[in-house]
Amino acid sequence: MELLLVIIIGLLYAAGIYMMLRRSLVKLIIGLILLGNGANLLIFLLGRIVKGKPPIIDDASYVLSEIYADPVPQALILTAIVISFGLQAFAIILIKRAYKVVKTDDLDEMNATDEDL
Amino acid sequence: MSNPYIILPIIFQLFTAILLMFFWTQKNIQKAISVALSVVTLGISVWLMTIVLKNGIYVTQAGSWEAPFGITFIADPLSALMVLLTSIAGLAVSIFSVGSVRNARVRFGYFPIFHFLLMGLNGAFLTGDIFNLYVWFEIIIISSFVLITLGGEKAQIEGSIKYVTMNLLASAIFLTAIAILYGLVGSLNMADLSLKVAKLENRGLVNVTAILFFVGFGIKSAVFPLHFWLPASYHTPPTAISAIFGGLLTKVGVYALLRVFTLIFVPDEFMVSLISWVAGLTILTGCIGALIQNNIRKVFSYLIVGHIGYMIAGLGMFTEAALIGTVFYLIHDIIVKTNLFMVSGLIFKIKGTFSMRNLGGFYKEYPKLSLLMAIPIFSLVGIPPLSGFWAKLFWVESGFEIGNFMLVAFIISGSFLTLFVMAKLWSEVFWKDGDKLPKKINVKYFWELKPIKRVAMVFPIVFLSLISLYIGLGADHIIQLSTIIGKQLMDTTPYIEAVLGPITELQP
Repeated sequence: MELLLVIIIGLLYAAGIYMMLRRSLVKLIIGLILLGNGANLLIFLLGRIVKGKPPIIDDASYVLSEIYADPVPQALILTAIVISFGLQAFAIILIKRAYKVVKTDDLDEMNATDEDL
Repeated sequence: MSNPYIILPIIFQLFTAILLMFFWTQKNIQKAISVALSVVTLGISVWLMTIVLKNGIYVTQAGSWEAPFGITFIADPLSALMVLLTSIAGLAVSIFSVGSVRNARVRFGYFPIFHFLLMGLNGAFLTGDIFNLYVWFEIIIISSFVLITLGGEKAQIEGSIKYVTMNLLASAIFLTAIAILYGLVGSLNMADLSLKVAKLENRGLVNVTAILFFVGFGIKSAVFPLHFWLPASYHTPPTAISAIFGGLLTKVGVYALLRVFTLIFVPDEFMVSLISWVAGLTILTGCIGALIQNNIRKVFSYLIVGHIGYMIAGLGMFTEAALIGTVFYLIHDIIVKTNLFMVSGLIFKIKGTFSMRNLGGFYKEYPKLSLLMAIPIFSLVGIPPLSGFWAKLFWVESGFEIGNFMLVAFIISGSFLTLFVMAKLWSEVFWKDGDKLPKKINVKYFWELKPIKRVAMVFPIVFLSLISLYIGLGADHIIQLSTIIGKQLMDTTPYIEAVLGPITELQP
């Protein structure tokens, strides 16, 4: 399971960066989304994957004695997913707007900001 | 000491923003509320600063979850200072916005989002939890995304594409760094991380994580070679927005670097030399980039990059004196950069252009305003005894002390280049004979505005110029304050003890 996740995370990061380096706006956003998902899976993986061991303390003891599934990474991922969801929605609207205003989706043609007044 | 009221600067900005949303269409009420409540926030920040200086570090645990399990909010002198500077810059820009931001933008929620941005900034400064810092960073960037695109002009949209992409990338890298750090030590509380990371055996992985943090924060604070987005985007939105971005947003990155690299990853030899080189090259690229620009806002944008290099250089030397210099410069830079962008906005409103080639004769026509504008311009250069000078004294001194002559050379040449850039700007905009510029139709000129709006544009420049003068002439007080902060950055025991209790108990 870990090995599979490692490979998937590596692929997501690589694909994300590759897509970001393309000239198309849409590919840029897809790249960012893939990168964000890679980061989320990385948190999941590094939180140590434990199967079938919920972090519940039984009546007899006060602390967890056995290995348990750490709930913190899942909370982190949930937060990160919600945040990246909002940001990606914004970014998608932005590229739509940019396509309407600039009338191209080629990043190399977006150089109005470098123009000398 | 525990005091739940230290999160008041965050809560109050949130309250302001929500209150403003109830008056979505009434622009005059929004302006009044924004300015009035910014004054109150300034009061709260001054109160926070005084109690922190008097009684030491204050801590509160969110939801009474004991550290290191819950989210900690901590107000140490550095945090309190940053909150205070945010409030000062926030008040100035809020007043400036009353005069300069167009009604169409106000109708689309300029003021509420502006206060959400300030809330995010205060949160980032006050939190003591690394993941919570990430969340505040996201609040900052999403507010700044809306502000930078508000209005939707062509240049704005293009600038914001670069801005949005780089910031999202920086967030992804920051998140990756947090993931690896959590995998290494299983904690997110910064004070706890400080103790645990120091004990780790696997230094290689710690260094990799440190570099990921450096890259993530480096993109946000625009250090070489990650700075290209800044000069491509900061000159596109209205000047009030550029002012708050230029003054505060890159400085959050610097604050985060200061925090993380003094508390969690104490720089070893490799990190010190990496930070030093990056700092030196940042100074050089920023200042040289500013030389060839024609748009005054672009000149200032490049100078932001150059002067971020100074602050990183202080971190790169990693001595107490250098960090004192960095803190001093941080105070100076936030005030003066905010002010300079507002100056550029005022010049634009009067003359209708940002182009240095077309501008001219400003001194002849408006001698009083020109003298006012001279204060931030020459403070930036650091002509003694104005405010930019004192910090460099600390850096040069400690650079000689530890034998890092390379950085000293970079800092001094950066100073010269800044002087040259500002002298060029001064002679082009103020002294050169200006031609009569053709009137633009879609620009509402300064003299056509209502008197109250004119006051609202000039008053914040006067306000921040006076603070700049105080920082320069009353440098004694600021150095005392910076010394307290610099000491705490080098010796983080008080910070850790404030969060986790006495360290001896933790390490029997």
